Amino acid sequence: MTWLIEARGVSIDYRTDAGWINAVRDIDLTIAPGEIHGLVGESGSGKSTLALALMRYLAPNARISAGRILFDGDDLVPKPAEAMRKLWGKQIALVPQDSLAALNPSHRIGDQIAEIARVHDGLSPSAAHKLAVEMLRRVHFNDPEGAARRYPHQLSGGMQQRAMIAMALIARPRLLILDEPTTSLDVTTEAAIIDLIHDLIHETQAAALFVTHNLGLVAQLCDRVTVLYAGEVMASGGVSAMFTRPLHPYTISLLASLPRPIRGTETRLSTIEGVAPAPTQRPAGCVFAPRCPAAVSICDQKPPIETVGEGHLIRCHRWREIETGALIIETAPTALEPNTLDDVLLAPYTLKAIHLHKTFRRGGIRAWLMGKRGTKAVDDVSLSVRSRSTLGLVGESGSGKTTAARLIAGLETPDEGTLELLEMPLSSNLRARPVETLRRLQMVFQNPNDSLNPYRSVGAALARSIRRLSETKLSSVEVERRVKALLAAVRLSSDYAKCYPTELSGGEKQRVAIARAFAADPALVIADEPTSALDASVQSAVLNLLKDLRVQRGVSYLFISHDLNAVSYLADWIAVMYRGQIVEEGTVDDVYGFPSHPYTEALISAIPNPDPTIRTRRIRLNEEPDDQIPTVGCRFHRRCPRKIGALCETDAPPWRDAGGQHFIRCHIPIEELRAVQSENTLMTESG
Amino acid sequence: MMRFLIRRIALLALTLLITSVIVFALTQLLPGDVARLILGREASQEALDNLRVQLGLNDPIPVQYWNWLTGFVSGDWGRSFTSGSPPIRPLVMERLGNSLRLAALALIFSVPLSIILGALAALREQSPLDSVISLATLAVVGLPEFVTGLALINIFALGLGWFPASASANAESLGDLLRQLTLPAITASFVLVAYIVRLTRAGVIEELKKPYVRTATLKGLSRGEVLTGHVLGNALLPTITVIAISFGWLIGGLVVIENVFSYPGLGRLMTTAIERKDIPLMQAVVMVTIFFYAVANLVADLLYALLNPRIRLE
Repeated sequence: MTWLIEARGVSIDYRTDAGWINAVRDIDLTIAPGEIHGLVGESGSGKSTLALALMRYLAPNARISAGRILFDGDDLVPKPAEAMRKLWGKQIALVPQDSLAALNPSHRIGDQIAEIARVHDGLSPSAAHKLAVEMLRRVHFNDPEGAARRYPHQLSGGMQQRAMIAMALIARPRLLILDEPTTSLDVTTEAAIIDLIHDLIHETQAAALFVTHNLGLVAQLCDRVTVLYAGEVMASGGVSAMFTRPLHPYTISLLASLPRPIRGTETRLSTIEGVAPAPTQRPAGCVFAPRCPAAVSICDQKPPIETVGEGHLIRCHRWREIETGALIIETAPTALEPNTLDDVLLAPYTLKAIHLHKTFRRGGIRAWLMGKRGTKAVDDVSLSVRSRSTLGLVGESGSGKTTAARLIAGLETPDEGTLELLEMPLSSNLRARPVETLRRLQMVFQNPNDSLNPYRSVGAALARSIRRLSETKLSSVEVERRVKALLAAVRLSSDYAKCYPTELSGGEKQRVAIARAFAADPALVIADEPTSALDASVQSAVLNLLKDLRVQRGVSYLFISHDLNAVSYLADWIAVMYRGQIVEEGTVDDVYGFPSHPYTEALISAIPNPDPTIRTRRIRLNEEPDDQIPTVGCRFHRRCPRKIGALCETDAPPWRDAGGQHFIRCHIPIEELRAVQSENTLMTESG
Repeated sequence: MMRFLIRRIALLALTLLITSVIVFALTQLLPGDVARLILGREASQEALDNLRVQLGLNDPIPVQYWNWLTGFVSGDWGRSFTSGSPPIRPLVMERLGNSLRLAALALIFSVPLSIILGALAALREQSPLDSVISLATLAVVGLPEFVTGLALINIFALGLGWFPASASANAESLGDLLRQLTLPAITASFVLVAYIVRLTRAGVIEELKKPYVRTATLKGLSRGEVLTGHVLGNALLPTITVIAISFGWLIGGLVVIENVFSYPGLGRLMTTAIERKDIPLMQAVVMVTIFFYAVANLVADLLYALLNPRIRLE
């Protein structure tokens, strides 16, 4: 096998105040032409550092302290900067994360793409421009000429990422480094970009390194994968072998901890205890041993990386036992007392939000002069959460789901609509809500870094909430007792009371934020993307915690997320929002099954499945610029794969009852939807 | 963009109108009787009364303001109170011309130099070069203008004799004019350089951290191409605004420098007017200075919008 890129024994160090710190250690990684190689790891595992180092691009305070990086047989490590400049852009190209920041804000898209062709291939400005337009056409821009003249901020996130891909490919590079290229995109956009990457790489026969934390994307896109943990390769090999018969305890646990869209018995997710060690605190032996369920005394010594089979590498002392079945990594999820269907369908309402409307108006004479009206973020949204159950509110960015939650929490005032908490009227104005209401309605925010005061210890923050929400004046002994109880409830030891937020990991901070929401006795907790900032191995533990607390404390959740798998794990009910409106609502089983709204159908089909043997039917939506959202007819008609005609453009679709408290906002009659959708499913199964 | 321009010009007119009210009101508050000021202590009551009628001083204040404003707009800026009552407009215009020449030269001296220095300091952040540039520019801005001005005169005029010690503005040729203006322009530049260097340095450092710089580097561009082709255009946006605004200061604010070099600019005309309680002259000079400040501001905003598509295309 001739590799295009071949890293052997690569170590990368960072210079800090405490001297050189090893970030990535003894990495072997090879990619053949035409191969898409996944590089998976949690934040801090060193995956981006490694990926950029393969391009010989290092931060100013970093160095490659050992190893060789052979590109086409030629070692890049000792190359001077001028020599690398001839390769960058021409032979090796990067598609980075966060394309808006990666594009120059004051240059036109076409110029930025054409620049590479001018620099490397000596094309004239007009020839380079023509080529740039052609590249934009290849990445499926409807109007490539127009797009070339635009500036980055005028494109949507998905279009920016397409432009980045066009830029990376214009000089026909032989190696493409894709550093989390879809992380900030909506799931439907992500799916379309992944398809594009797949097609283009197979067309150009470039070698590609695809860096991600999303195992589902690896399963669906990559040929081989390398799993990184705490700066070391844990396992590496073909995707199907790695995913269907994982041999490393980390890979096994990680795959088991993913919430999957499988319904049935209610269970807790399998989790990995603890957190990944910081670069300064990595153990001398196996880096995963402190969290490994199968760790034994030999794991105090560093395991060698061993070849298991054709191109399959494992760094574990016990892989043979796992392979023969002598050692079984316990990942069986523990069962949980489920909500029965009757609980779900008949329980009384904890929250009712009725006909909420909210338009954000642009301030000032200027907006008025420019004739810019406000954007309608929430358009006639009604939601209800039943006692002891969870409503998952799902939608892409700009769907209005967070605004709806903020209206209910009282953080924004609705233009119209009423709220009821526990069948009592709830003021839409936060300041007008009595303490009793605040006690019963709490919120957990997406980013615990922003919601916890960095200057207040965990204990002080919890004590403050306990005192403020208490009916009676509490003694300090009692407050302390309750702080300990709260920490215990979120599985943190009472030592954490003395810690400050900066001393905690992301998962621990989110636990503290959850503990604070339970400081009194909430009936409803609104959780706005509480796990989206967390790594996979930490996310499952937080989801479990939320589920446990629901059972123990009898609370209801309004759980907002763009992660449909997480929603399906936690929720009993799902409401799908699109551009300010609820388009479908029902129990999880109903919404995941058929019939469903065409948008929900596309959303679910876009979820990357972490099982490489399952290829789901893919419905791909085109992207819609923000200035073209329809205001009459169905909001979804421009992107709808099931549009039936002019009716969709002119008339607002009806809120159809599909039975069993399942509703769909669509012009297509329920029976017809059911018929076409099940037909398609059958087709995929047989094909 | 057209709308933006029209709106900004309307705003400019409003600003000038409001300042004209303030200027007029403030000059009304000055102590002393205008008629006596002009005619002197010995003037008879009759002569004073006549002059008051002639100058419209008995009219209600709003009428006086209106007459002054309409006169000003139509080009009749009145006559100075000083002996001979010369008309004000030609006087102010001549001084304005002098000030503009000095301001232009000061910008030519300071802007390219300080952008280069600022970018160098940013590229070599935390290096000895960065420290030297930062210290030197800070030291220069810390010195009062009369100190740097006199030091330059001592060294380059009295010592080396390269340039004249005073700038009269009565130049025989362009070369002579440049020779006269060099020292005052350098003195004014000293104040500007420190600001522009620090802004450029901060702007470039900020931009260098942005992901698009990595994109540009990984296109295979050299460090110089990345800097000039990508970084500077974004890094200089705040600097351009400051440069444009400092133009206003160069027109009306160089009182000290003009005095040190006995240069007949607007700043010195202003001090003369104040010393002599020459109210119409004061009003005219202040209005012209404010006009340039306001126009400089407008130009700054327009440039900022022109160079920044995120604002231009909003």
